[in-house]
Amino acid sequence: FFGEVVVAPSRAGLDEEEEAPEETPEDREIRKEIEKKRYRREIDVLWSWQPGGCAGEPLVCSRFIVAIGRNAAAFLSSFILDSVCWEVVGVVKLWNEWCKTSSTTNVLPTDSFCLFYRLISDPTVLLCQCSCYVAEDQQFQWLEKVFGSMQKKGLQVTILSTCPVADYKTQESTLTLVSPFLKALKTKEFQEQVCCPLLEQPNIVRDLPAA
Amino acid sequence: MFIPCDRGGGSAAPDFKGFTLLMPAVSVGNVGQLAIDLVISTLDMTKVGYFYTDCLVPMVGNNPYATAEENSMELSINAEVYSLPSKKLVVLQIRSPFIKNKYRPFCETLLSWVKSSKYARVVLLSSSHAYQRDDEQLLGTPLRYLLTPDLEKAVGGRMKELNWKEMEKVAAYPGISNTDKVLHIPGGGITKLLFTESCSEGIQMAVLLKFCSEGDNIPDAFVLVNYLNEWLQLIKSEVSTSNNSTDPSSQWKIPSSWRLLFGNGLPPALF
Repeated sequence: FFGEVVVAPSRAGLDEEEEAPEETPEDREIRKEIEKKRYRREIDVLWSWQPGGCAGEPLVCSRFIVAIGRNAAAFLSSFILDSVCWEVVGVVKLWNEWCKTSSTTNVLPTDSFCLFYRLISDPTVLLCQCSCYVAEDQQFQWLEKVFGSMQKKGLQVTILSTCPVADYKTQESTLTLVSPFLKALKTKEFQEQVCCPLLEQPNIVRDLPAA
Repeated sequence: MFIPCDRGGGSAAPDFKGFTLLMPAVSVGNVGQLAIDLVISTLDMTKVGYFYTDCLVPMVGNNPYATAEENSMELSINAEVYSLPSKKLVVLQIRSPFIKNKYRPFCETLLSWVKSSKYARVVLLSSSHAYQRDDEQLLGTPLRYLLTPDLEKAVGGRMKELNWKEMEKVAAYPGISNTDKVLHIPGGGITKLLFTESCSEGIQMAVLLKFCSEGDNIPDAFVLVNYLNEWLQLIKSEVSTSNNSTDPSSQWKIPSSWRLLFGNGLPPALF
């Protein structure tokens, strides 16, 4: 409103706990929900062979394809997944301020979910559809719990995700760019041919795909 | 936390004993981080490892110091370590902010890595909100330094020779006289925590900081890195023949990742 002084946030992203900011009613509500046992920051990775949710044998994995975000998840649903060749083997249950997933594997495309599938003809091929948002304080946990359940055998990981064209940094304006377009990042261990150009500086990838 | 790069040939983890560790605080204007970018880029430092940590927001991209297509394809993440053995220098670059409530664990792990690696000293580049300066601080140089007691003995004299200004302590309760003076570094991120912890743990640490505001902080980065250079002499500051002054700014190499810091080109249809 007119006359309201708004403190501009610093790009440095500081979180100085000395100056405890006043909580807005929304903040207070979110904080209370977080503190309630039901809405904790811990995520649960449940595999189909663990009825009680306890640690079982690690899954042997040679290829792991992860689709992060609704677009990538929809791509897999449309072109790759079907109930004949693939079976559900796991689910991630989590809560954060943006979304909540449950342990059900019967999901609608509009739901937030994170499911793991295994190729029936080659059970070392694993696929993950993660349409929910994994918050920054949960990303490391997701990684450790998912990869920790795997026995890696010459593991090759492929991550599929999307970003808005408006976020792409380039000399020309993004208005005239032909989109959608593909860019890739790869580790030096990946020796195969990449199907598209590499992501140029100064562009970066963040969140779960980066993690 | 520290994972060395596999440089092939089965080399052991690098030995940092006796080296100087140079690192930024994620602070106002990201000045420390920009200054570190200039150091790594200019000295063409080699990456020797990274931090595997859950304390920083994840990010990944291609080599930010790429100069040609051949060296542009190396992945780069949020916390990486570079070294230049000829100058006994190791540089840590931090590229993303701390995850909520994770800055304390990070500082603890960092300082224990400093001790176990046996660094001779740590130099922390930082910044503080310019608008928080008092009347006296508004005049004169915007640059300040701090030394832990152990380092004060070793280099305190050099700071006096350089005519540097020590960061002033402020009253704990402004407006009330006779209160204790405390160190206050608003906008400095983890600077104060790292400094006070280093004091109590006997780590030799120097903090170099600049008062600044958010905006185009590239000039601030140059000022800070030249300030650092006055002491550590990382690059030679050539005397300019045209005006007979020392201006090393032109000798720092701007990394390719600084392109497009303020957005893309404009759509021609706009005009």
